[in-house]
Amino acid sequence: MRFNKTYLALAMTAILITTGCSSTEEEGGLADSTQGTDASTTSGYNDGSMSGSQFGSGNGLASGSGANLGPEFSDPNNPLSKQVIYFEIDSSQVKQDYVSVVAAHARYLASHPNQRVILAGHADERGSSEYNIALGEQRSKSVERMMRSQGVTGSQLEVVSYGEEKPVSSGHDESAWSQNRRVEVGYQ
Amino acid sequence: MILITRVFVIGLLASMFSVAQAAGLTIEITKGSQTAVPIAIVPFAQQGSIGNVKLSDVISADLGGSGFFKTLAEDDMLTKPSEPERVNFKDWQVLGQDYMAIGQVVGNGGSYNIQFHLFNVRNGQLLMGYRLTAGANELRRAAHHISDLIYEKLTGRKGAFNTRIAYVTRAARGNGKQYMLQVADADGYNPRTIAESPEPIMAPAWSPDGSKIAYVSFHTKRSEIWVQTLASGQRESVSSYPGINGAPAFSPDGSRLAITLSKDGSPDVYVLGLANRSLTRLTSGMSIDTEPTWSPDGSTIVFTSDQGGKPQLYSMPASGGRASRLTFQGDYNARGRFSADGRSLAMVTGNGGGYRIAVMDMASRTVNVLSEGNLDESPSFAPNGSMILFASNRGGRSALSVASTDGAMQQKLAFESGEVREPAWAP
Repeated sequence: MRFNKTYLALAMTAILITTGCSSTEEEGGLADSTQGTDASTTSGYNDGSMSGSQFGSGNGLASGSGANLGPEFSDPNNPLSKQVIYFEIDSSQVKQDYVSVVAAHARYLASHPNQRVILAGHADERGSSEYNIALGEQRSKSVERMMRSQGVTGSQLEVVSYGEEKPVSSGHDESAWSQNRRVEVGYQ
Repeated sequence: MILITRVFVIGLLASMFSVAQAAGLTIEITKGSQTAVPIAIVPFAQQGSIGNVKLSDVISADLGGSGFFKTLAEDDMLTKPSEPERVNFKDWQVLGQDYMAIGQVVGNGGSYNIQFHLFNVRNGQLLMGYRLTAGANELRRAAHHISDLIYEKLTGRKGAFNTRIAYVTRAARGNGKQYMLQVADADGYNPRTIAESPEPIMAPAWSPDGSKIAYVSFHTKRSEIWVQTLASGQRESVSSYPGINGAPAFSPDGSRLAITLSKDGSPDVYVLGLANRSLTRLTSGMSIDTEPTWSPDGSTIVFTSDQGGKPQLYSMPASGGRASRLTFQGDYNARGRFSADGRSLAMVTGNGGGYRIAVMDMASRTVNVLSEGNLDESPSFAPNGSMILFASNRGGRSALSVASTDGAMQQKLAFESGEVREPAWAP
């Protein structure tokens, strides 16, 4: 008997619960949160939060080396053939090994004032993503500063950082990480 | 493109309704608590068409994953009653159970009537009884709701099982990658893609009311901060300055975003008014200042800065002023996130090459490392503060992990393909 009385009280609470559920639906729920697996409700899914979720790739800058570059860029004995500059852990200082590479690109750009490059900075995967965005930017800005000091004008250079978002090596050890700590010189 | 996505989503939904292992997701408890309370969730009696969602499994997984409970395997149950009159408490005392729940679910043409009862096994007392109705495809939600009710009744704290998470996946597509921003239930089920791009998507951050997500997209080959309304899918770019546009964090009143910009030189923390796009600069100098987060009372912003040489967490008034250093242990402390009560701050801590999740008690400033990986990132608290969600990578396998805030329990939500990153628990 005691049980029945409790039950009645709880049934009333349940009405509140039910109302709570449906209002959650309206306020916080995704438009598609009641989607089913059948075709009709799935189209509802696409009318909802899916619409326009696809970012196009055609409205950005050109990527990679879209420029017509001379044969010196593919001559392995020419420093211009090196278009990636690597960095030490948590450092944005251009290593001695790469000073001549940066200088060669700077000379080329200074003598081709209409040529533009994007300096894309990257980090390895360790640590937090946004800090790595900052680190990648510092790396590309180091390269930018060196190039500016050698006569390249600011309008020729654009700096972007992808942090740890675009690794070239997908491993999880130092050999992979050393490949990923880099600035890519992208001729446009 | 949308067609492909649709097929992909249907595939996921169809498989997850069969067995957890068959879906794109497996859930594995990697560390259990020794002091967990034994509870038996008896399979609910079923009438009518229920589909493949087994309520008792969902509730058991929720409660077991919380670290507070140890659930009894169905195979170990001597009887499986579904009505209070049929429960013989001796059967459950023998099995060492402290609590048990029984229930019934009746399907009637797309909606469901569910009732359940929770008992104290030792004295046979009825602790709770509820009847609820769930609409089509709301059975998992109803199960999470029951988990919340049981959790709150037995722990005195609100449950967080009926909540959502956002995260970014990165998978190979063609010659490149496809980045997808997804929103799913807190247990990883019902993933929905809310934005996708062949260029990186980063740093999803929930608005305080859970209706919007701010994130960074590189789809123009530059970083931009977007704010997207979940219900409508409508989004707008709110920050596209030269250089970094990153690390958005909503103010507790939802009117502003703390962000990172490098338009004036090195990365600095700014506050962006969403109504009028006003910009207030909070930090300056040559150092990296990034990853701002607001204290829940809105008075303080904590951010990562390398002004002392290595990345450490600093705190400053949200209205501007002097920053003071918060973290002193270890070479690397970054990306702070407050618990909803403001008493705890989760962070990424690095020491000797490994990166783990740690929690600082704001009153005593003591730091407790609670994860065990080497590449753990992106912590965020459950709304009730009991659990922390983070991204981990072990043996090359990328996963979302959940740890109880005291570190006693950990479970992993592993995705079958691609990588899963930057999770954020909805408020």
